[in-house]
Amino acid sequence: MLDVTAPPLLEVSQVSQIFAKGSGEKGEPVLQDVSLSLRSGEIVGLLGRSGCGKSTLLRVISGLARPTGGKVTLDGKPIDGPAEGVAMVFQSFALFPWLTVLENVEIGPRAIGVSEIETRKRALKAIDTIGLDGFESAYPKELSGGMRQRVGFARALVVQPKLLLMDEPFSALDVLTAETLRTDLLDLWHEKRLAIQSILMVTHNIEEAVLMCDRILVLASHPGRIAAEIANPLPHPRDRLDPDFRNLVEKVYALMTQRPEPKPLQIGAAAGPNLGIALPRVSTNSIAGMIEEIAAPPYHGAADLPHLADSLQMEIDDLFPLGETLQLLKFAEFADADIKLTPLGRRFADMDVDQRKKVMGDQLLANLPLAAHIKRVLDERPSHRASATRFREELEDFMSEDYAERTLRAIITLGRYGELFAYDEDAQTFSYEDPT
Amino acid sequence: MSRLLAVAAFGRRALPNHWDIVALAAVLAVLAAIARAYHGIAAPLPPPDQAAVTLDYSLLPYYAVRTTLRMFAALFFSLIFTFTYATLAAKSRRWEMVLIPLLDVLQSVPILGFLSFTVTFFLGLFPGHVLGAECAAVFAIFTSQAWNMAFSFYQSLRTVPKDLDEVARGYRLTGWQKFWQLEAPYAVPGLIWNTMMSMSGGWFFVVASEAITVGDTTITLPGVGSFIAKANDAGDWNAIGMAVLTMGVVILLYDQLLFRPVIAWANKFKVELSASQDVERSWVLNLLARTHWVRGAMQPLSASFRRLSMLRLGLPPAPKVKTFNSRGASLALDVVWYALIAVLSVYALYSVVAYVATELGWADVGEVSLLTLYTLLRVVVLMALASVIWVPISVWVGLRPRWAEAVQPFAQFLAAFPVNLLFGAAVALVLTYHLNPDIWLSFLIVFGTQWYIVFNTIGGAAAFPNDLREASANFRVKGWAWWRDVILPGVAPYYLTGAITASGGSWNASIVAEWVKWKDQTVVAHGVGAYIAQATDKGDFPRIVLGVAIMSIVVTLFNRLFWRRLYAYAERRFTL
Repeated sequence: MLDVTAPPLLEVSQVSQIFAKGSGEKGEPVLQDVSLSLRSGEIVGLLGRSGCGKSTLLRVISGLARPTGGKVTLDGKPIDGPAEGVAMVFQSFALFPWLTVLENVEIGPRAIGVSEIETRKRALKAIDTIGLDGFESAYPKELSGGMRQRVGFARALVVQPKLLLMDEPFSALDVLTAETLRTDLLDLWHEKRLAIQSILMVTHNIEEAVLMCDRILVLASHPGRIAAEIANPLPHPRDRLDPDFRNLVEKVYALMTQRPEPKPLQIGAAAGPNLGIALPRVSTNSIAGMIEEIAAPPYHGAADLPHLADSLQMEIDDLFPLGETLQLLKFAEFADADIKLTPLGRRFADMDVDQRKKVMGDQLLANLPLAAHIKRVLDERPSHRASATRFREELEDFMSEDYAERTLRAIITLGRYGELFAYDEDAQTFSYEDPT
Repeated sequence: MSRLLAVAAFGRRALPNHWDIVALAAVLAVLAAIARAYHGIAAPLPPPDQAAVTLDYSLLPYYAVRTTLRMFAALFFSLIFTFTYATLAAKSRRWEMVLIPLLDVLQSVPILGFLSFTVTFFLGLFPGHVLGAECAAVFAIFTSQAWNMAFSFYQSLRTVPKDLDEVARGYRLTGWQKFWQLEAPYAVPGLIWNTMMSMSGGWFFVVASEAITVGDTTITLPGVGSFIAKANDAGDWNAIGMAVLTMGVVILLYDQLLFRPVIAWANKFKVELSASQDVERSWVLNLLARTHWVRGAMQPLSASFRRLSMLRLGLPPAPKVKTFNSRGASLALDVVWYALIAVLSVYALYSVVAYVATELGWADVGEVSLLTLYTLLRVVVLMALASVIWVPISVWVGLRPRWAEAVQPFAQFLAAFPVNLLFGAAVALVLTYHLNPDIWLSFLIVFGTQWYIVFNTIGGAAAFPNDLREASANFRVKGWAWWRDVILPGVAPYYLTGAITASGGSWNASIVAEWVKWKDQTVVAHGVGAYIAQATDKGDFPRIVLGVAIMSIVVTLFNRLFWRRLYAYAERRFTL
């Protein structure tokens, strides 16, 4: 079904996206020189973690956002604004709650002036295809999540797009519902009952990508770029327990845990501490819990990531930030698709709370320049107080405002746990004064 | 398919049922009342010596219809204003810079003080005709209703969920289509709530605007408001009682016949993930839903509305541009725009100062500032007093769901009653017991506004999470500690919402409540409200302008420096 010789359906070349900071200056690029092409007849997955720009890329392709640089063409025609021939399915379903199922489905053709009779005919056909018969006059509120997303699919099908974009379409659904919808969609696709030429889906679920996609593009962050491309030749229907399937999942995991090459220091910032490490928001309880989980049987200090994700019911958006924080603090390290505790990590698992707090404090100072920096500033000042604004601004020299804020929040949580400093939320200041 | 089926089935059951008769009778009655009232509006002004209003109780229903029509006319214009002004502010960054601060000031200044200007203006527009006076009254009511409705609409437009906005743009809805399919429906629940509040607030202005004297011109329009004014002049207690009764009936009628059905209908516009458990119901809406004819008549209406809303008007959607390099181009235009605004505001300020300076000097400014300080003191003390009394009571009520259900609408109902109804009692008390009017008249300014504190606090207490109540009971948190640590922080954002509304209303009320007349007796308190009221009575425009200007400045500062900050703090710290 894949025609390699034909010109590509979608061509994305050298797309960059840079958002302005609040102050109006140029911020950290969200996407940098992203190029990809989609041919007729394939399902391609954009796999990446939150913040890697995969949703931004999807919005650029759909014409909802204009890129700072680069070009997107569909069938050779440049995309400049929401275009005919592209339809999107949303993670949150995004149905109008005041419209019935039928009215929601009809909105696309009605908007571009298709006659009422023709619209009705096409809407009823789409509703029939997607298995929503009987729900035409229901309001979205009355439907379960799975049925709502079916409306989302019907709404996309009815505009007869060449390219279907899906933004994490199954991630808001429970496991069983999501699987039903995935297989239903794949069945329709393989039976060629959809008039769609190609599907591009964003996901952060590795198994979902391996199950559905013919090609998987792995996105990396800071800045968002395509880090790897994996072809998936497994025949349909695919079996999650098949060894080939498991191997591919392992391979993708290994690709995604690769340590990013260290970022070069920016010119001019070399004099100060290197604050260029963005921290994810993780709770100290999940850090401790994760270390205990890996230390305990059946893992005994080294865990296979797909297995761990499965048994902890964690998506990679939860699992990877946690693993990376462990790695940053030298409690564990990634090795291919495995995560292994360091000797310190193994000892941490057996410690009591006070020892853990002490170790955490030491590791923060040793491994996170930001923690050491805050402590040094507090030590230097006679008042032993420092405003959070100061550190936020310093961080913004290295990263976007959102990341700076998140990093600051993370260091406050970790620093409080490690008893490095106190933080007063009302006054937004760091100090050494905890209530005594 | 179900839609086609519904039409087919309708054909078989086309005979009217008993619900149709009820609905038809109601519609005809409303039409007849409007027709009768219209004859009154179209008439020329009565000669000054002939009374436009008598204390004849049999005319009260007619007066009630006239007043209600005025209020709905004002509501109609408020809606038009809301849809245009708020939309412009939400869609254009440059207009937003001007319109939103303007709206903010309009919302906080005492509009009642401007009444004298608008009355003169509209009377000049239609000389010798009732229509001019009607317009002035409608405009006065409009000024009490429009601002918060526009604000609510603007805020809704700015907070349209991102994913729905992307759907609308992604499926290429034009500006017009998007407005009717997404933005207006999304704003409906907030707009309806604010419309209801506006109707309550409007009564205060009805009374003030139906019977007003500006210098030599006295306007009396037939209505409940002028009936109350007349009863105050005549010192007729029974007439006041009848006016209260009439108002009660009118409020009950429009609440049951209009607002309840609209609220029940608006449930479908709430953006929430699951159907909520307690859905507002309305017997009128149920009745309408059961009638065949009404439903039959509605179907083509809603279909044509849908067709209208789907017209391809306006521009097709463009991609969102928020990248950094798009900013430079519009910078020059920004500068021009800022300069234009600056020049215009300097000119406006200059003309106000020049006008006031023709007759008044710095001594007057000092005097009015001092009077404004008195009124400020009055507002602060009375708000504090009302809070101390009503917050505990409201919390007690709010924590008991069955009480709360009954009391909350009642408090909303009370908020509609204008302070003028109490003039007789106030004057009698002050004169009989030789009380100091500076102290005892003060209570009048919170008479109508304290209810905002009551029903908002009740709402807050009712929404207080049950697990927190159980936890505090479990740890035996009692007495003052319970108030300080548990319930007061819990209701703080709700209380403040009410208090801000009440405070704004109190400033307006001071214009009426510091200068009180009953029969031929007058009681005056020191304050800028009395100053403005007296100047209005004499038609002394420079003094009105000075009084209103200084009052507006103080109220705006008071809101910005005190209420706004307090609210931001409460929202950050106490929102559950």
